[in-house]
Amino acid sequence: MTGTNTASLSMKGFPRKDGRKGIRNVVAVAYLVECAHHVSRLIVQKSGADDVHLIGFPGCYPNKYSLEMMQRLCTHPNVGAVLLVSLGCEGFNREQLRRHIHASGRPVDLLVIQQSGGTTRTLNAGLDIVKKMRAELAKQQTVPMALDELVVGTVCGGSDGTSGITANPAVGRCFDWLIEKNAACIFEETGELIGCERIMASRAITPELGREIEACVDKAANYYRIMGYGSFAPGNADGGLTTLEEKSMGAYSKSGSSPISGLIKPGDVPPRGGLYLLDVVPDGEPRFGFPNISDNAEIVELIACGSHLILFTTGRGSVVGSAISPVIKVCANPDTYERMADDMDVNAGRILQGGELDDVGREIFDLVQAVAGGALTKSEALGHQEFILTYKQFEPIGPACLPAA
Amino acid sequence: MTELPNHGKLPPLLLLHPDDNILVARRDIAAGERVDLDGEPFTIPGAVELGHKLARHALPADARVLKYGAPIGSMKIAVGRGEHVHVHNLRSDYIPSTTREGGSDAH
Repeated sequence: MTGTNTASLSMKGFPRKDGRKGIRNVVAVAYLVECAHHVSRLIVQKSGADDVHLIGFPGCYPNKYSLEMMQRLCTHPNVGAVLLVSLGCEGFNREQLRRHIHASGRPVDLLVIQQSGGTTRTLNAGLDIVKKMRAELAKQQTVPMALDELVVGTVCGGSDGTSGITANPAVGRCFDWLIEKNAACIFEETGELIGCERIMASRAITPELGREIEACVDKAANYYRIMGYGSFAPGNADGGLTTLEEKSMGAYSKSGSSPISGLIKPGDVPPRGGLYLLDVVPDGEPRFGFPNISDNAEIVELIACGSHLILFTTGRGSVVGSAISPVIKVCANPDTYERMADDMDVNAGRILQGGELDDVGREIFDLVQAVAGGALTKSEALGHQEFILTYKQFEPIGPACLPAA
Repeated sequence: MTELPNHGKLPPLLLLHPDDNILVARRDIAAGERVDLDGEPFTIPGAVELGHKLARHALPADARVLKYGAPIGSMKIAVGRGEHVHVHNLRSDYIPSTTREGGSDAH
């Protein structure tokens, strides 16, 4: 994706070696097993800087998915430098991750707690490294960035009976306008699109892609049936949603009305502008538990697909943000907005009080460009940097999934 | 909160698609409130909260419920016009919904 012709005045990015641009310049401190989590967290906290973010993987057993996800996340365009923190005996392939980050042109360092001499020595060494990395990143210059260089993901959390009427279709409008400008937009959670498979298939740019989309929703339905729960929380019912397919229809409206250009899996970066569906449900028999144990697990996968920022719609009221990429919260329910306005970037609930869907969509569209230009979202300003990564297993996507690639 | 000027005049029930057999509450509606239901005055039998659904007309057991013009499940039991449609009388045609108490909407 290139686009100097349509450069927006407000948008600027940090150019990366792979041609992508970052809208933030974060130092990521990454623990490679839970045993290194506390030391990593201390480094982040004591650095005292908002642009030092904590990410990591808790498991001691090696897993292809988690290594690939960490590779994608550590070389995400919003990440400028990475400090890896290992305990020393875990199974994570830290050398491969370090080589991968180094090859991307980013400063990278590795601390092994067992070799560094424990908590305090590793902390002090880490603070020193982070300080030097930040000084190096401070010298980097931004360049103009166009909408066709932007990747935007969307997720919903804490949905209720208002989500599918206000916030989700408003994000859909915003997606349509972003895609007109050739941005890449990603929607997801096939387990929350159960019931929408035929409508989605009819929007695919080829019949083969349509069949892949139907098959991946079937996979999700089968997976959740075996797990014994659909992706439906008690709060959804409190807010007026009754069934999984009702929640799905509301969630589906986030996708807008553009043709679906591809079906991707976590870590696949859209090859060009357009609308993409992210298949987050693991392949094969259920093995490691629920596909995504909470909203931030979905956000992390959208970020691993290159999302520069996330549009998060909520009815019941979520407060989360994320490490690496800013999260814009679009509140669907006017009563929730009133209670939690400090956490919400957009009041889409006003649509129920006579506001226009297009006006809210336009507000989100403008906010996307402002945040890409450096404006802080509510969750960023409040210090929300949630992150969660768990075990999964995927097969690569088939040739029918990206017809135009 | 800043309410838009015409808020008070807006009908409290939303029809999202002409094929739908449920309506959505635009705000909390009290039991006994007089509303317009498909062009006729109607007294709401029981309170309905913002975002919840009620029957546009009487629905028999096993009726397919339509919202946004799309099926969202089937009625477990028959309900009368204007009654609250929710987990106590509507079930998923895919995967049962669960509650905190451990129950599900399966029959």
